Amino acid sequence: MDWQSFWLTIQLAVLVTLILMIVGLPLAYWIAYSRWRWKFLVESLVAMPIVLPPTVLGFYVLLALGSRSPLGRAWQAMTGHTLAFTFAGLVIGSILYSLPFAVQPLAASFSQVDSRLMAASATLGASRLRTFFRVVLPLSGSGLLTGVALSFAHTMGEFGVVLMVGGNIPRVTRTVSIEIYDQVQAFNYAGANQTALVLLAFSFWSLCLVYGVNRKPWAWPWR
Amino acid sequence: MANAMIPLVEPHLTHRAPPAHGADVLSARIRKRILGAEPAFVLDIDLALAPGFTIVFGPSGAGKTTLLDSIAGLQRPDMGRIAIGGTIFFDSERGVQMPVEQRGVGYVLQDLALFPHMTAEKNVAYALAGLSRQERLQRTAAMLESFRIAHLSARKPGEISGGERQRVALARSLVPGPRVLLLDEPLAGLDAGTKSKIVDDLRAWNGEHRIPIVYVTHHRDEVFALGERVIVLENGRMVAQGTPHEVMTAPRQEMVAQLVGFENIFEAVVRVAEEHRGTMTCRIADSQVELETPLVRAEIGSHLRIGIRAGDILLATVEPYGLSARNVIPGRVVSLEQRDIMVSARVDCGVEMEVQLTLAARDALQLQPGTEVWLIVKTYSCHLMAR
Repeated sequence: MDWQSFWLTIQLAVLVTLILMIVGLPLAYWIAYSRWRWKFLVESLVAMPIVLPPTVLGFYVLLALGSRSPLGRAWQAMTGHTLAFTFAGLVIGSILYSLPFAVQPLAASFSQVDSRLMAASATLGASRLRTFFRVVLPLSGSGLLTGVALSFAHTMGEFGVVLMVGGNIPRVTRTVSIEIYDQVQAFNYAGANQTALVLLAFSFWSLCLVYGVNRKPWAWPWR
Repeated sequence: MANAMIPLVEPHLTHRAPPAHGADVLSARIRKRILGAEPAFVLDIDLALAPGFTIVFGPSGAGKTTLLDSIAGLQRPDMGRIAIGGTIFFDSERGVQMPVEQRGVGYVLQDLALFPHMTAEKNVAYALAGLSRQERLQRTAAMLESFRIAHLSARKPGEISGGERQRVALARSLVPGPRVLLLDEPLAGLDAGTKSKIVDDLRAWNGEHRIPIVYVTHHRDEVFALGERVIVLENGRMVAQGTPHEVMTAPRQEMVAQLVGFENIFEAVVRVAEEHRGTMTCRIADSQVELETPLVRAEIGSHLRIGIRAGDILLATVEPYGLSARNVIPGRVVSLEQRDIMVSARVDCGVEMEVQLTLAARDALQLQPGTEVWLIVKTYSCHLMAR
């Protein structure tokens, strides 16, 4: 059991979850409240990583980060090497891969907040921002928690995108799921089993913690 | 708080209500197509609301909530102008639409919309965020006191009773000192005692803060309890206006009659008019029953509607003599139905009339289906309405 790959994977998952919460909140807000008639196009784009084969996503991310793309070239000019096969490249790929798992629960819980509450808040003089932070967000606690839990767990188990973008470099881009794959390829089933079990247990208990804490959502006893 | 400034207006209303005098009148001229109603109709009103209570009375779907939403800014009229004093909330001609947050309109919504994750105190203090902590605490405490909910300040909405929630919602809307207060059926579902206490507190508050209060309801007793002025809304239009007594006891249009509970409404033809006596005789259509009614301006042979309340009809099991009532009609009891502590009797006298009796009366007269009776109706209990 290579604890370094484990530690690397955790770092990846934490960073990606953090960034997704920052990026995902405004996006989810827009999806929940916008009435633009072409909104469905954006929603479909956001949902793509759920149905798209990870290798396809990974391939396109690799191209986008590589030395032939504008982004890759700009990065190379700044840092001297490409984004592909780096931890930073993994982060970018993982953000795209886990995006719907952060945005969708958030958007769902925002739109479940009673619009009359938001109307009341407005009549009491609160700006839209204040209404969001004082009324919508507190009442969407479960959505936030779900978004965090899913993004984290999903990133922990990522394989296809990581393989394409990361290149399996030990201590840099060799996540736990890649390691299991390697061990199986080398017929080291015992090692693979050990690693896999650790990942399984870890994922399960993370989720248990989150959902356990989230057991009492806001109730409306007088409705 | 007597107010006879707005005269009773005849039914064909498309002209403006006369403006009331005094500070800060809310004027609302609104025209809005309401979709989703079946059939779709247009809200088309022109109101001038002076400080004090104005009741907006009407059935569900008449456009009352749309009216309130438009004043608050939650909905946007297609055309018109809404302003109070010198402040313009909405003006379609000049393209003015003031955002909700800036209007200073207090709005107690039908389901109260209290923030469930905040205590009563935090709910009430919500609109005071811009003030210093001390002033916020002071004003919140004073408002909680005057609505008698200070003891509930640490409780959440889910932990207090219906009447207490109403008070919190009221306190919350009033604490920032709004220019207008809008109340959408705020006392629904409360018992009479709780209602009257809340009404008293609200009146007291209004005595000190003279702002227009628009109170929407479809309950008759609330109209009498609170009303200085009543506006009746039906299908988006104002069909009657005046003091509660004027509007509710002598309605000029049938739609108002159905709302205020005339159990008996008949089509009738004018037969004889006796000008020197102030009465006329009408024959109920498709029958030989004739009623003597108050005189109104109508030609012989013209068609009217007569409304008689079930509670205004007396029954006798012996033919009565020497009565002042001008209408004594023989008939037969068809059915008797007990409703709580009253009895509703249907009597056939050529037309079927509904009569309301006490249980004691039914038993004393030993009424049963088939009993021969006489119906007694006073001239002034026959209310005439245009068709």
